[in-house]
Amino acid sequence: MMVEVLFVLIVTAMATSLLGVFLVLRGMAMVTDAISHTILLGIVLAFFITNDIRSPWLIIAASLVGVLTVYIIELVSQTRLIRQDAAIGFVFTALFAIAIILVSKYAGDVHLDLDVVLMGEVIFAPFNRIEILGFSIPNALWQLSIILLINIAFVLLFYKELKITSFDPKFAYIAGFSAAFIHYALMTLVSVTAVAAFDAVGSILVINFFVAPALTAYLLVKRMGSMIMLSLFFAVLNSVAGYYTSFYFDLSVAGTTSFIALITFMIVFLFNSNGWVSSRIQKARQKKQFNRAMILMLLNEQSHESLTQEEIMSHFNLTPKQFNRHIDHLLLNEYIEKQNKKYRLTPRGVEFTHYTRIKYELPEMI
Amino acid sequence: MTPLITVKDLNVAYQEKPALWHVNMSIQENSRTAIVGPNGAGKSTLIKSIMKLIRPVSGKIEIEGRDARHALKRVAYVPQKGEVNWDFPATVLDVVLMGRYVHKGWIKRPNRKDESIALSALETMKMEAFKNRQISELSGGQKQRVFIARAIAQDADIYIMDEPLQGIDITTEKLIIGIMKQLQQEGKTFIVVHHHLDTVEEYFDHVVILNKTVIAEGTIGSAWRKENINRAYYEMSGSHD
Ligand SMILES: Nc1ncnc2c1ncn2[C@@H]1O[C@H](COP(=O)(O)OP(=O)(O)OP(=O)(O)O)[C@@H](O)[C@H]1O
Ligand SMILES: [Mg+2]
Repeated sequence: MMVEVLFVLIVTAMATSLLGVFLVLRGMAMVTDAISHTILLGIVLAFFITNDIRSPWLIIAASLVGVLTVYIIELVSQTRLIRQDAAIGFVFTALFAIAIILVSKYAGDVHLDLDVVLMGEVIFAPFNRIEILGFSIPNALWQLSIILLINIAFVLLFYKELKITSFDPKFAYIAGFSAAFIHYALMTLVSVTAVAAFDAVGSILVINFFVAPALTAYLLVKRMGSMIMLSLFFAVLNSVAGYYTSFYFDLSVAGTTSFIALITFMIVFLFNSNGWVSSRIQKARQKKQFNRAMILMLLNEQSHESLTQEEIMSHFNLTPKQFNRHIDHLLLNEYIEKQNKKYRLTPRGVEFTHYTRIKYELPEMI
Repeated sequence: MTPLITVKDLNVAYQEKPALWHVNMSIQENSRTAIVGPNGAGKSTLIKSIMKLIRPVSGKIEIEGRDARHALKRVAYVPQKGEVNWDFPATVLDVVLMGRYVHKGWIKRPNRKDESIALSALETMKMEAFKNRQISELSGGQKQRVFIARAIAQDADIYIMDEPLQGIDITTEKLIIGIMKQLQQEGKTFIVVHHHLDTVEEYFDHVVILNKTVIAEGTIGSAWRKENINRAYYEMSGSHD
């Protein structure tokens, strides 16, 4: 039974993070945040018309308002009066506020908010079941599997169009691809996926699922195809790790999974090959090698064939401790030798300076 | 000779402020046409209008007598470097392959043949060694060469470039000009926004001198004159603000 919760998590994570790749690439990650609030307006309006809190129209209206949100954001940012991120903040607070006003003014006696319609607690997912071909499966699993398939089909079919409109919309236009069509198709899928995902796993996780795996993948790849595959991989990884961790420590699944996603992102951010830690290490190593090479180059200059420690140190900005470490290293590797308190190059050291000159494209000593 | 591209009474404004004013001009087929003018003269605005990327207040753009919209696929655009997202996860070859998308239409993916066309475009631009490099790891001149390779892979008739020589070294500059002259032999037309007045004569055979409106246009021999240049660069400066 409980393992179904894991399946719901995984399928939701995959459906959202697949589209999340394109949101990240288009600098629209914030949009999911906006949609997550404005869909309440759709729910409220549909409720006023149907007066039924469980009507499927509430979900449909929520998706429509999601698309509308994106459209209005677009219109506002096209005026160039404010930047896109400001437009997002403006539009979503405005629509959300309208929804709140409507709720408090006209639906005072009904408890109507996101939690009611979009229940959003993944461990309850197995209780709401549906019969498909004689099998009883959680409704959320069924819905999100279908959405996942639609999203996959969309990405496979319009792979090239998604790529070109995300990278270079002007070129796409000249080449005869409507950026607007791709944009709104994508945003419609984002809205529908978001609404279904809210219903299944709750709002915190949805925003996290849309953005975190795609951003993590973005740090590691150099091609869009690999970003998609890796984003799906992180979606599954975070879900599995979040699920088991939450059960082991008896924590909320949504909170734990979000937290795990943050951890995976941080690990990749710090430790990927261009990451913060590796670039620090690499810089330190390069600096060390460079200093050693410069000491050898100095001893290779004609007037400096053998020098005392003080003479060498006067050429560099090194502490005595750093200096001794470099000298020890060079002595140990037989690049230099010490005679009467003076250092000079060994044949091996001379050879090294020769290659260093080639490497740094410096002129050879005469 | 009927011109390839005709611009008829084009007016463009950004929020009330006119950027182009009564622009009438034409581009001759198989020419290498430079568009020159001071900063803010509307050069980028003009070429974007020709490609229908900007909606003008009024005016017409025609390619071979028909609205330019119908002929956009024949145009290869080499944007200013800053115009695309260089952190996009794509390799050099991915970007050059995009030139082939024009011939594919919706949904169909590029195939082997497209790939070999893209590779030979990279060879032409002496960039084949970089084909698997991520685009963010390129220098400014290499980025420019990738864009031109994409235009070559597109196999367009009309090449529109916005300052392709900006911030690149002399070797790359000569390479690009050489390719341009060679493609002209094959019948292509070039419209290039150019910033260095001292090389206009050497690199181009036609010129449009622009400052909000057309100061002069035509062959280098007829239009590239001191008095025209002075009018565009000195006499008019500040008079439109
Ligand atoms: N998107 C825009 N919104 C508002 N004004 C704009 C926009 N793009 C350009 N302008 C203005 O229109 C005028 C013409 O700009 P344009 O970019 O066409 O000039 P340019 O000749 O290409 O200049 P440069 O040599 O600096 O590239 C300038 O005054 C510029 O400030
Ligand atoms: Mg410009």
